[in-house]
Amino acid sequence: MRHHRTLLLAGLLLAAGAAQAQKSAADGIAEYRALLADGNPAELFEAKGEDLWKQKRGPKSASLERCDLGKGPGVVKGVFVELPRWFADTQKVQDLESRLLTCMSSLQGFDPKAIADTAFGKGEQVTLEALAAWISGESRGQRMNLPQAHAEEQRMYQLGKRAFYFRGGPMDFSCASCHGEEGKRIRMQDLPILSKNPGDGVGFAAWPAYRVSSGEMWSMQRRLNDCFRQQRFPFPGYASDVTVALGVYMGVNAKGAVSVAPALKR
Amino acid sequence: MKKSIILLAAAAAAVVIVAGCTSLPGPAELDAQALAMLKSSFRDEGIATNKRLEQDLGQRACSSEQAPAENVVKQIESEALAAVKWPANGQYLGDWREGEKLAQNGRGMTWTDKSAAPAGNGAMCYNCHQIGKQEVSFGTIGPSLYNYGKIRGVSNPSDPASAAIVQYTWGKLWNSKAYSACSNMPRFGHAGLLDESQLRHLMALLLDPKSPANQ
Repeated sequence: MRHHRTLLLAGLLLAAGAAQAQKSAADGIAEYRALLADGNPAELFEAKGEDLWKQKRGPKSASLERCDLGKGPGVVKGVFVELPRWFADTQKVQDLESRLLTCMSSLQGFDPKAIADTAFGKGEQVTLEALAAWISGESRGQRMNLPQAHAEEQRMYQLGKRAFYFRGGPMDFSCASCHGEEGKRIRMQDLPILSKNPGDGVGFAAWPAYRVSSGEMWSMQRRLNDCFRQQRFPFPGYASDVTVALGVYMGVNAKGAVSVAPALKR
Repeated sequence: MKKSIILLAAAAAAVVIVAGCTSLPGPAELDAQALAMLKSSFRDEGIATNKRLEQDLGQRACSSEQAPAENVVKQIESEALAAVKWPANGQYLGDWREGEKLAQNGRGMTWTDKSAAPAGNGAMCYNCHQIGKQEVSFGTIGPSLYNYGKIRGVSNPSDPASAAIVQYTWGKLWNSKAYSACSNMPRFGHAGLLDESQLRHLMALLLDPKSPANQ
């Protein structure tokens, strides 16, 4: 009996597989995404992030509720679509994650260097990915609107642009090799154009994201890190200037695009 | 009179200060700052060291949205072509089955790879090109290579009539920049990504009439 059922199941799967083959692979992937979007696991990370924001943590046993992400201490709604931006207290242009490092250091007493040197998915990096998920989610549906009034914001855009087109490594790749033209893909994976506005909920407006294939929440820093790995470049420091400059370049180019972060990826 | 001069001077100073705050460095200064930023932002990890940020002529010339000047394009292409190493004994083709395996394989040269030796590297062709019809998961950064040999009239790769296209194909695989200065394609032979025997297998995948590429 059990045997029969297994056979039946195998038959059904085969039939389903054959029907699937009739559709294009891209259709299949879109369908798969739609199925998954019903329950985006990113929500779990968002809930955890909100919790961590309010919790008293670190050597100073303090919460992050007085952290200034650009719109004043404690303001979370709407900050994500305006980052990276200039911060007068650090005299630096910072993205969400480098700014969170500043707050975790100044308010909670954590060592930012130690956290930056921690591998993704380990230790306080887990805190950062949850915080980034929640904070980005608090701007879901808003349009990217990075400030460019400060000279340092303009300079970082120019440096980001140069980093985007910088060819190097054993394969001569730059960011532009994959993201400089519209409508390209690697294998079946669509590639967003990032040298101009890729549209709503694509590219910079779609990270952080939950990756179904690995079951992980990836921040923009982690996304960039893996891009550089595949670009065959050396290792970009967490929250290093090149990652922030690229954030400014992509974010400013995406002006007006609706943010869907934290998104859902294959 | 004196008063107006002082006012004028103050106004001029104010203009200088405002300009100093809001103006960007010039393009050459920004180029230098970008290079310094890259050097300080990246670090060595395994086989992927910061040496990979040292650009050669072609990498430097192809690092902006503007194409390089015509004379620079010519220099890159002619230097690349002159340095192509042609296969030993004039033997250009290997086994297309091995070529297909290499084309499917996208591994190698990242900081998580143990060795940079060609034996551990794939040719990653399908990442960017269509080749055989049976593989539907192919990228589109490069042109389709389906029927590559057939379209070019190669029915027998060892026929002298096919020599020009066979040699061009080897040169393209060895150093794509020999024919297109800012090509997106890696320089598989020149950069030591693949060895001669691996390149022969890819040649067979593209040019052997029995290869899935030419069905």
